[in-house]
Amino acid sequence: MIGAIAFTTPLLLAALFALPILWWLLRAVPPAPIKRRFPGIALLLGLKDDESQTDTTPWWLLLLRMLAVAGLIIGFAGPILNPEERQPGNGPLMVVMDGSWASARDWPARIKRAEAVLAEAAREGRPTALVSLSDLKADASQFVAADALLPSLSGMAPSAWAPADDSASVLAELTEGQSFDAIWFSDGLAYPARPDVAALLEGKGNLRVIQSARPVFALRPARFEGSDIAITALRSPAEAPRDATLVAFGPDPNGIEQELARAIASFGAGASESDVVLSLPTELRNRIRRFELQASRSAGAVSLTDDALKRREVGLLASSEGQEAQDLLSPLYYLRRALVPTADLIDGDLEEMLIASPDVLVLADIAALGDFETELLTDWVDKGGMLVRFAGPRTASGEFETADPLMPVRLRAGGRSVGGAMSWGEPKTLRDFTRDSPFFGLPLPEDVTVTSQVMAQPDPNLAERTIASLADGTPLVTRRTFGQGQIVLFHVTANAEWSTLPLSGLFVQMLERLAISTRPVELSAEQLAGTTWIPEEVLDGFGQTRRADALAGVPGESLAEANAGPDLRPGLYSNDERRIALNVIATDTVLEPASWDSDIPVEGMAVEGETPLAWYFLTGALLLLIADVLASLWLAGRLNLKTSASAAVVVLALALPQMGQAQSNEAESRAITATSEVVLAYVKTGDGRIDRVSREGLTGLSQSLFRRTSIEPADPIEVDLETDDLAFFPMLYWPISETQRLPSDRAYAKLNRYLRSGGMIVFDTRDGNLAGFGSSTGAGKKLQVMARPLDIPALEPIPTDHVLTRAFYLLQDFPGRHVGNDVWVEAAPADAEQVEGIPFRNLNDGVTPVLIGGNDWASAWARSDDGRPLYPVGRGYGGERQREMAVRFGINLMMHVLTGNYKSDQVHVPALLDRLGN
Amino acid sequence: MNQDPATTPAGLRHRAETHASALPPLLAEAEHLAATVLLGDHGRRRAGVGDEFWQYRPAENGDELRVIDWRRSARGDAHFVRQKEWQAAQSVMLWVDDALSMNFTGGKDRPTKGHRARVLALAICVLLNRGGERFGLANRGTPPRRGEAQLARIAGHLMDAAFNGDNDIDFGSPNARVLPGGARAMFVSDFFGDMAPVAQSLTAATDRGVKGVLLQVLDPDEEAFPYDGRTVFESMSGAVRFETLKAGSLKDDYLARLAARKAELQDLCRATGWRYHCHHTDQPALKALMWAYRALDHAQ
Repeated sequence: MIGAIAFTTPLLLAALFALPILWWLLRAVPPAPIKRRFPGIALLLGLKDDESQTDTTPWWLLLLRMLAVAGLIIGFAGPILNPEERQPGNGPLMVVMDGSWASARDWPARIKRAEAVLAEAAREGRPTALVSLSDLKADASQFVAADALLPSLSGMAPSAWAPADDSASVLAELTEGQSFDAIWFSDGLAYPARPDVAALLEGKGNLRVIQSARPVFALRPARFEGSDIAITALRSPAEAPRDATLVAFGPDPNGIEQELARAIASFGAGASESDVVLSLPTELRNRIRRFELQASRSAGAVSLTDDALKRREVGLLASSEGQEAQDLLSPLYYLRRALVPTADLIDGDLEEMLIASPDVLVLADIAALGDFETELLTDWVDKGGMLVRFAGPRTASGEFETADPLMPVRLRAGGRSVGGAMSWGEPKTLRDFTRDSPFFGLPLPEDVTVTSQVMAQPDPNLAERTIASLADGTPLVTRRTFGQGQIVLFHVTANAEWSTLPLSGLFVQMLERLAISTRPVELSAEQLAGTTWIPEEVLDGFGQTRRADALAGVPGESLAEANAGPDLRPGLYSNDERRIALNVIATDTVLEPASWDSDIPVEGMAVEGETPLAWYFLTGALLLLIADVLASLWLAGRLNLKTSASAAVVVLALALPQMGQAQSNEAESRAITATSEVVLAYVKTGDGRIDRVSREGLTGLSQSLFRRTSIEPADPIEVDLETDDLAFFPMLYWPISETQRLPSDRAYAKLNRYLRSGGMIVFDTRDGNLAGFGSSTGAGKKLQVMARPLDIPALEPIPTDHVLTRAFYLLQDFPGRHVGNDVWVEAAPADAEQVEGIPFRNLNDGVTPVLIGGNDWASAWARSDDGRPLYPVGRGYGGERQREMAVRFGINLMMHVLTGNYKSDQVHVPALLDRLGN
Repeated sequence: MNQDPATTPAGLRHRAETHASALPPLLAEAEHLAATVLLGDHGRRRAGVGDEFWQYRPAENGDELRVIDWRRSARGDAHFVRQKEWQAAQSVMLWVDDALSMNFTGGKDRPTKGHRARVLALAICVLLNRGGERFGLANRGTPPRRGEAQLARIAGHLMDAAFNGDNDIDFGSPNARVLPGGARAMFVSDFFGDMAPVAQSLTAATDRGVKGVLLQVLDPDEEAFPYDGRTVFESMSGAVRFETLKAGSLKDDYLARLAARKAELQDLCRATGWRYHCHHTDQPALKALMWAYRALDHAQ
């Protein structure tokens, strides 16, 4: 070892002593002469070298070679900077990873470090085990060769929870009777099982702890403070002041997840908590799905939101509002009391309220709705609204000859009450809720009694629509889904007139279960008892959400404990209409840095650099050798300075970034080409074969146009919808293939602008041989999908008097490679009339913006540069005739595109009539 | 026993095909070059045997009856004889150096000296043919004739000498023995060989009344000597070797010797009434062709 440099094979350095011999050898060998054939030698004969040129190698070249060889020798001797002096360990080694959410913040570094540890163990031949405390498996304590663990190490991912409290005992059980050294990758946070695990591992052998110095960040769940959202960010360890960005994500009105709000959480010096208050409009607030702290990437720094953060907008409407009645008799009084803390209430008349698009609309004893109102409400419910109705005297007295669409069940006129026609002996109590009911599990207070109710007509659906009933089985609450929404009917009044239900706590809970009101933040185990919650999405250790389709539901009680683990993954759980978010960090979680006994060595995460220097030496030697080659060439006169210099200039010129300019120049020259002459264009589909056929087809059509008409097009151009300007082209030929990618929104906007400003697109599904009457091919379906966002008018098959049939040639059929299929163009206006004696209607102005067919015209038009047809069309003479007709159609098409309805002009009618033989 | 491939039928055929493939391009190249030169027939400006009308002269005693031009004589009382311009064909003998040194080229973008020399010689032949002169190739002793067949023959001989030459000499020397008296001659070579045979040929030719031109064809590399470093120079056959440790330092000496050689050639020409021109293979061939044609015309 020399200073900070050590060698792996120091013996090789002895070769350095051979350098002087090499010096002597190299000196003796002069550079080899070049042989040249040269006729002028006749003139050279007899000339003498005027100066005595050395025939030995110059000293500086020798030195260069010496250095190169010395570099090689030293390089192969394996120099290492900062060699680590380690006690080679022996015996089994256990690598313990916390594997918790807090490890996710520097997981790659951890894995890298663990790889280094495993590599070292492999070198020393120690049997090794790899254990994740957050994910203890039964085979975790099997000691195997360290090499074999490397693949599983790179596949490891942090869990979204902390190590369980019983980790120590589980680990003790697994490692019963074994003794080993341990290296523990700690996440730096204190948790209950940590001291026990530390004690256990110390008892087994030497324990080394590797711990990152980077702080851990976390977010507590958001909560309401008045109408604002407050959210607390945590960190550990709390040291220097620092700002962390808090971002709220949620779907925008189009359903695409976006950043909705952003705030800064400032941690003061030594502060481990920072409160952020967000003041957001209700609309925005209700859309928030999760908060993220961008300082670090872990499940703890993500807080999912649930119903607790949502406030529904509830519209209330009662029949007797406005009448002077006492407050307590108001049908809406108890509803207001129940809903004000947890929902935003809207008042007004029905129409106004619907404009505000409430989540829930409560109609208290409104029996008769006008037709218009019924229609409005039906629409709204159909689109996902929730209509809640309460019965009352008006409802009871209503006429129910026909089923009211806005009632979940048909009602029987009159209702019943104590002492009424269908007399009750005494007020009825409620029956326990069935398992299907959303109210299942709610405790029934003793004092809830019902004295009057409206009755439902017996009906096969009644039982399944009933979600709460009285002790005698008559329905109390019925529900029906309607479109995307639902309609709920309480068969009693919303005030205390008919029952004591609105006075009880049960009423509030029922409203909550129906998701009319939202729940308060805290959830108790009793409230959740007996319910089953299905995970909708779960978090992984890095804080990414993913769909949880395969996971089993969890009982509500364990959800209430909020103790995340392998069986209860953090995520969003749903039960019917309600959602609960289970986050890694609970409202009362505190982050504390892990504390270690003083006798346990704790290391940082960075791998202290053993730097092998061999490559530097070898590369240096290689460079020296290259320099030697150049110098030798130069000495021998074989290096032509002029050509080398020009080569260098060329290389430099190539390397210089001129791409941008070149590109803009290209676009410009393209535009000039496209505008200086008529150019046919086709849409690039990305399928090389189709694009080639399109190009050949349009080339053939261009040739035909050039020969037969006054249109003299230039070579066709390929158009990329995403990047190219479309405005230059009179017509776009667009072959449809199933594999084609849909254009982007910008491209669609461009296409629509093109169509509106007079452009024409010819869609060719190229499947005329398959697409027959009533059948639909893949390309046809693709066309439907693709054309949906386009601004296309009503279409019809080309009528016999369309201008396309006589723009240049007189045609009645439009064959391509296939024949006999309808070709669709913009429909004629309905008021086009046929004038007596003239065979053509006076049809619409302008050019049809689209032409749709499946005859694979490009193949029929396609010709090579020397004018030979490229693809077979039909058979024999008939086929050639068909090809000719296809070309004529192409010419008519271009004529139509370029001259519009010129040929529709009445001026030409006599001549055309003459031609037609009339 | 192995037969010499040059004498087996297969070898013969191979040679024939080599000829056939190379000959038309050479001839075509020469024709192409010659086509750029437009010439009038050069009459002798006096009456003699020829095709063109020269003059009517009054008939004299001794004129045969059949030489009288009756058409002209009928217009007057006197008799006239129709005379034609004397168009005597000149004989031009060409000697094209086919030694190995002519196979040299210093760059891939230019032809060998030999190729350029052959193209020039053949182009001169094409022009002479058009001008009605007779021409022959002194290398093979081809007697001077005219016509397309002679052109093809000469082209064949040139190609034969270039590609199947069994000579392994490095430097050629002109052959003046076959020059007919009063003819004109054109020697195309790099004149790097021994000067004595050249001087001897020239004087011998002059003695016979033969005048002509020396066309020295050189590669630019031979003019510039762009070599440096330790070099072994070899003649084209490899027979002569010359080693230098620093070629660059010899450049000045070489150039001086080259200039001396050119001066020697010019002196020789001045003494014998010949004309001298130096052509480089990186220059267009047309320039040299024009010069050579004009020089041949003047030399009469």
